[in-house]
Amino acid sequence: MKYVDEYRNAEQVKQLAAMIRRQTTRPWNLMEVCGGQTNAIIRFGLDRLLPPEIRLIHGPGCPVCVTPIEMIDQAVAIASLSEVIFCSFGDMLRVPGSEKDLLTVKSEGADVRIVYSPMDAVALATANPDRDVVFFAIGFETTAPAVAMAIAQADRLGLDNFSALVSHVLVPPAICAVLDSPDNIVQGFLAAGHVCAVMGTWQYEPIARQYGVPIVVTGFEPLDILQGVALCIDQLENGRGEVAIQYTRCVQPEGNSVALAQIDKVFRTVPRKWRGIGEIPESGWALRHDFSRFDAAARFGVEGIRADEPAICLAGAVLQGHKRPFECPAFGRECTPETPVGAPMVSSEGACSAYYRYRLHELKQADGKQDSREGEP
Amino acid sequence: MCLGVPGRVLEIYEKDGLATGKVDFGGVAKEVCLAYTPEVRVDDYVLVHVGFALSAIDEAEANEVFALLQEYVEADEAVRREEGSEKGKTG
Ligand code: SF4
Repeated sequence: MKYVDEYRNAEQVKQLAAMIRRQTTRPWNLMEVCGGQTNAIIRFGLDRLLPPEIRLIHGPGCPVCVTPIEMIDQAVAIASLSEVIFCSFGDMLRVPGSEKDLLTVKSEGADVRIVYSPMDAVALATANPDRDVVFFAIGFETTAPAVAMAIAQADRLGLDNFSALVSHVLVPPAICAVLDSPDNIVQGFLAAGHVCAVMGTWQYEPIARQYGVPIVVTGFEPLDILQGVALCIDQLENGRGEVAIQYTRCVQPEGNSVALAQIDKVFRTVPRKWRGIGEIPESGWALRHDFSRFDAAARFGVEGIRADEPAICLAGAVLQGHKRPFECPAFGRECTPETPVGAPMVSSEGACSAYYRYRLHELKQADGKQDSREGEP
Repeated sequence: MCLGVPGRVLEIYEKDGLATGKVDFGGVAKEVCLAYTPEVRVDDYVLVHVGFALSAIDEAEANEVFALLQEYVEADEAVRREEGSEKGKTG
């Protein structure tokens, strides 16, 4: 596929890795923010091509993973109602709630449907005027334009049987939360290309300046990621901390102005709770008051549902890069993709799932020789 | 769920008042909302996420990474030549 295959050329990947090796003189810790990048790094073994001085730390950029358990509980409560058609992206169905996941609710007879786009939910609402169609609106800035358009379209069509359970999250406050953490070791970031295709890079300028860290907006294919690393290391080795764009084929510094205008029309910034991390100020989007009639949490009275993640799950530490998935005692034991304990094991963009899928075999081998969990800091 | 996929625009039309298109993803055609990329024309490539084109893909920029890579390789070869040659310099 064009714009995919050519960025996976093994020979060029090796050349780029060799060039990064020559460039690196000291240890550096980089965080890739986006779960799609984490998946590519583990799947293609990019971390192993890099010199040992460079450590890639997996960040909080998997939308399924960071959605807190209480949102799942709210979704389960709404989906269980007989008048509701509950629409969700597929990966949310297996994320465990306090008692059950959406897939269980579905198997118990609820009308839970997987949709590809929020617009599909709007179409369902139009086609089913006697049912209440609810869309589970999770995601980062990447997904917000689609949800904003779905809300605006429902408004235009005068639909009173459509609503959205909104749990949108934002990247820049999460980056600041990582940097503000007293045990932070991250020295440079690979920011998420898709998020910046929508948002541009202007929000990252003040962060790079204030903290003196390089933030390189990076794509998702192996060559993209390695070039992002190269640009980041180049800044670090030369004592600079600026915003740079690797993913220039899709990202403009000003972002997508049409999408930004639509987002601004529909959403307002709110504090948002992140799985295992807690509330981060101004880190989410919720519907503006003009659109509050589309707010499913209020419509179905589930806002009061609160819950905490299971204590055994280290999702918060994994999502902030403090722990690696295999350092979690439940990894590959109680917690597997078939029986996930936490969201990072469910989503293909979750770090736990990536390590399980691509590294379990060798982790087990290492485990046989010595328990790798004990050797890790 | 957060991935963006590149695809080629096959046709553009209006649906429910929104610019919409058929987009080809390596042989599979899907309907995509083009409301956020009004500049896009048939045959252009777009980055698609949950049924929406988020941006056009800039072909010239897309080739940049390869041009840069070529530069690295040439620079590297030059260094090696320099290391290998006793004169220390080539034309
Ligand atoms: S392995 Fe499972 S229990 Fe452990 S942090 Fe990951 S998702 Fe949570």
